[in-house]
Amino acid sequence: MDNVTFGVTMLICGMGGTILTLWVMSLVMGLLGRLFPEKPEQKEG
Amino acid sequence: MAEAIVNGLGGLTVGFQMLAMDWRNLIMLFVGFILLYLGIKKDCEPLLLVPIGFGCILVNIPLSDVMGHEGFIRAIYDAGIDTELFPLLIFIGIGAMTDFGPVLAQPSTFLLGAAGQFGIFLTLLLALALGFPQLHAVSIGIIGACDGPTAIYVTSKFAPELLGAVSVAAYSYMSLVPIIQPPIMRALTTKKERETAMKPVARPVSKMTKLLFPLVITILGGIIAPKGLPLLGTIMLGNLMRESGVVGRLTKASENEIANVVTLFLGLCIGATMVGSAFVKAQTLIILCLGFLAICLDTVCGVLMGKAMRVVTGGKFNPLIGAAGISAFPMAARVVQKEGQKWNKKSYLLMHAMGANAGGQVGSVIAAAVMLSVLAGMGIIR
Repeated sequence: MDNVTFGVTMLICGMGGTILTLWVMSLVMGLLGRLFPEKPEQKEG
Repeated sequence: MAEAIVNGLGGLTVGFQMLAMDWRNLIMLFVGFILLYLGIKKDCEPLLLVPIGFGCILVNIPLSDVMGHEGFIRAIYDAGIDTELFPLLIFIGIGAMTDFGPVLAQPSTFLLGAAGQFGIFLTLLLALALGFPQLHAVSIGIIGACDGPTAIYVTSKFAPELLGAVSVAAYSYMSLVPIIQPPIMRALTTKKERETAMKPVARPVSKMTKLLFPLVITILGGIIAPKGLPLLGTIMLGNLMRESGVVGRLTKASENEIANVVTLFLGLCIGATMVGSAFVKAQTLIILCLGFLAICLDTVCGVLMGKAMRVVTGGKFNPLIGAAGISAFPMAARVVQKEGQKWNKKSYLLMHAMGANAGGQVGSVIAAAVMLSVLAGMGIIR
């Protein structure tokens, strides 16, 4: 594979893949944050 | 008898003769001293620069056999670097030490962590343009991950001959983040942008979310980029142990004893790859320059992503926070806080920047994992 094809593929798939993966992770973690919100501690007694 | 004495004395002077014959060893002995000076006197990543500097001195003493077939550092190298074990063990410790709470409180900061890795891919292109072979370019680009263990993991796999230069660049520039980043942050932002005060991060994160985070990231990341699963799995294992709170002994061992022992061995091995004949080359200088550029480009892309988030939020976001989207944790977040305070005394960016910085920690691992999987997809690696 020539260097230009290699470089452009790495740039598009690498940068694109990184941002896409982290975006999906941010969505999933946002969703989990909503599903399992922090509950205020209940006072005893 | 006189001849035997002369021969015996000759055995004691042969090292000096060899030293005079190869000037590159002398240069590397000097480099070893500089690394020790930076570690001991300037407090630049001393945990790594001290063993690296000493390893460099050990291997450049003429007739040194520490990296020979039966050398003691060779034995450590074969056991921990050749097998890629050491960076992974360090990652368990990093996971055990890192609180990902700030990024979980604001999951959108994951995007800043992604932008902070773009320098990897841009530097890879530059290295290719300068004529480096493809896998060498990958290893040089990975300096932009700003993450020592990731750089060592990738380089030891694909370009072990560059391990010394890449590791020294990665760790040295990480410690220089407070010097490298501020001028770039100022150059890319307006006074008004830098003065923007942010609301405090109000949303607390539940224990369940913190527990699910390492599991979700491992499974999701592992499915998308299976080649990087060892990196992702080890950092998340450390974090799961931390957040579970039920394996305190293992967590403490990971972040202290294991991380310390491995750091010592790792540093010695990296230093021992810096043999004069292999290190004193124009190529090493180019790698160091490209590494510097990689971290500058990370900062540029992070700040630009911060500016994009400012547009999306209608001017409520301070783009300086984008500079924290690299993996140098928590140093980059502190740099952002300090820079923000310079322009607006009422601005407290630390918690936001910690989110971006923790995102950068995950981002660097994901970027490496994606890179490895893309390489495997192209059939360049198996």
